[in-house]
Amino acid sequence: MIWIDTILQGILLGGLYALFALGLSLVFGIMRLVNLAHGDLIVFAAYLILVLVTLLGLGPFLAAAIAAPIMFALGFALQRLVLNRVLGTDILPPLLVTFGLSVLLQNALQEGFSADSRRIPAGWLETASVPLGPISLGVMPLMTFASAILVTLALQWLFYRTSLGRAFRATSDDPVTASLMGVKPASVFAKATGIAMIVVTIAALYLGTRANFDPTTGPARLIYAFEAVIIGGLGSLWGTLAGGIIIGVAQTVGAQINPEWQILAGHIAFLVVLLIRPRGLFPRAFD
Amino acid sequence: MTPILSLQNVTKSFGALTVADGVSFDVPKGQALGIIGPNGAGKSTLFNLITGNLSPNAGRIEYDGRDVTKAPPMQRCLSGIGRSFQIPQPFDRMTVFENLLVSATHGRGLPERAVTDDCAEVLERTELIEVANRPAGGLTLLQRKRLEMARAMATRPKLLLLDEIAGGLTEAECVALVETIKAIHAEGVTIIWIEHVLHALNSVVERLLVLDFGKVIGIGAPDAIMASKEVREIYLGIEV
Repeated sequence: MIWIDTILQGILLGGLYALFALGLSLVFGIMRLVNLAHGDLIVFAAYLILVLVTLLGLGPFLAAAIAAPIMFALGFALQRLVLNRVLGTDILPPLLVTFGLSVLLQNALQEGFSADSRRIPAGWLETASVPLGPISLGVMPLMTFASAILVTLALQWLFYRTSLGRAFRATSDDPVTASLMGVKPASVFAKATGIAMIVVTIAALYLGTRANFDPTTGPARLIYAFEAVIIGGLGSLWGTLAGGIIIGVAQTVGAQINPEWQILAGHIAFLVVLLIRPRGLFPRAFD
Repeated sequence: MTPILSLQNVTKSFGALTVADGVSFDVPKGQALGIIGPNGAGKSTLFNLITGNLSPNAGRIEYDGRDVTKAPPMQRCLSGIGRSFQIPQPFDRMTVFENLLVSATHGRGLPERAVTDDCAEVLERTELIEVANRPAGGLTLLQRKRLEMARAMATRPKLLLLDEIAGGLTEAECVALVETIKAIHAEGVTIIWIEHVLHALNSVVERLLVLDFGKVIGIGAPDAIMASKEVREIYLGIEV
């Protein structure tokens, strides 16, 4: 019974990792941009929600709903003003710029909020749980997982059922030809990063309400997000969700064997998947 | 008649290599003009200059009575210059229909619901309707060439640029494609067509332009051009 519980908790934790990873996957899938500041942007969004909660006395969900459009605008501007300028055939400049952004965000957050670890208060939800026979599942983890599935579905719909989604896919396939068809890659990329920042806000909501965070929490979240994206096969949305779940299950199983093994077990699972399927579980046909 | 496209002394060079050397010609509205010339004569470069993917070092390009020499490619696409590529470049992971949708919505600046019927009609005319929901990556060469043309058509161009669209096709495929091009031309679309398959080209175009080393060495009725000694020597390599 303890193992069923462990695996269920792992799957739910995987939802959180999938949320970390989906924004990264979206941006990588469309513009082959590896955003090293992704984890720090999640932490930044968590502080933004925290500020809205503490200053305005809002509930965390309402605060996140207000933070989402702010983060969208921020992502849009970041892509338009900074990242579009460094995208090109050379992959190094965007890596350097986003790495710099990561350092900048961490230090700015330390300057503004100190190095103390914080948490977004979620009231009774923090401890609420649903009994399921002998097992009980937390309401927050269940909501996290449900959100991950909803975000995946929403992005899937966006990609395959809307005009913007087709522009995303066309640009991802061949930006030069797409621009000849009248698609504007610069604006498509900006919208994509904006949408990724909405996903980041949702991830930040659950990161901040479920665990403590401080200005240096970002890079570790980035690693989990990376692993989930790579396990899933770069740029595949459902693959990213599956990747998150694999990391989550590996971590809880590892922790069950020995609490010190939690993080290590996740990384080992990642390496094992890479050994067996170097292109990930659901690779796209070609890249 | 006012020309839909007019090139005046257009010159483009890459370093010491001159790929367009004082090119001047007019294309009257509704005409089909064929461009021939040996490999490396600057034919595709000429298209890139017309679509705005390259900008000339000197000279002037007028489209529809306006100077577009400095206009960006997107603006020219929106104002009605459509183009197909020598090597088909469909979005492989998207369906044939979606390929058209992207081109129609962004190339004309319209929402999807305003162009879906139009796209279906273009697919019908280019005989792609049966494969509309298949990924473009799995098409045959003829279908890929048709898709190139369909994508250009979906922007509802007034001027359609075709770049070696018949190359690599079998005789029967070529005949089928020529019929489609004739039908498009019959609707009044101005066509400029670069082609090595001369009999296909000559069955459609009313005028032929010969390019060699970036220079226009002849322009006129296809029969007269094909009969010219200079053209036969340079282009066909026939000693006379």
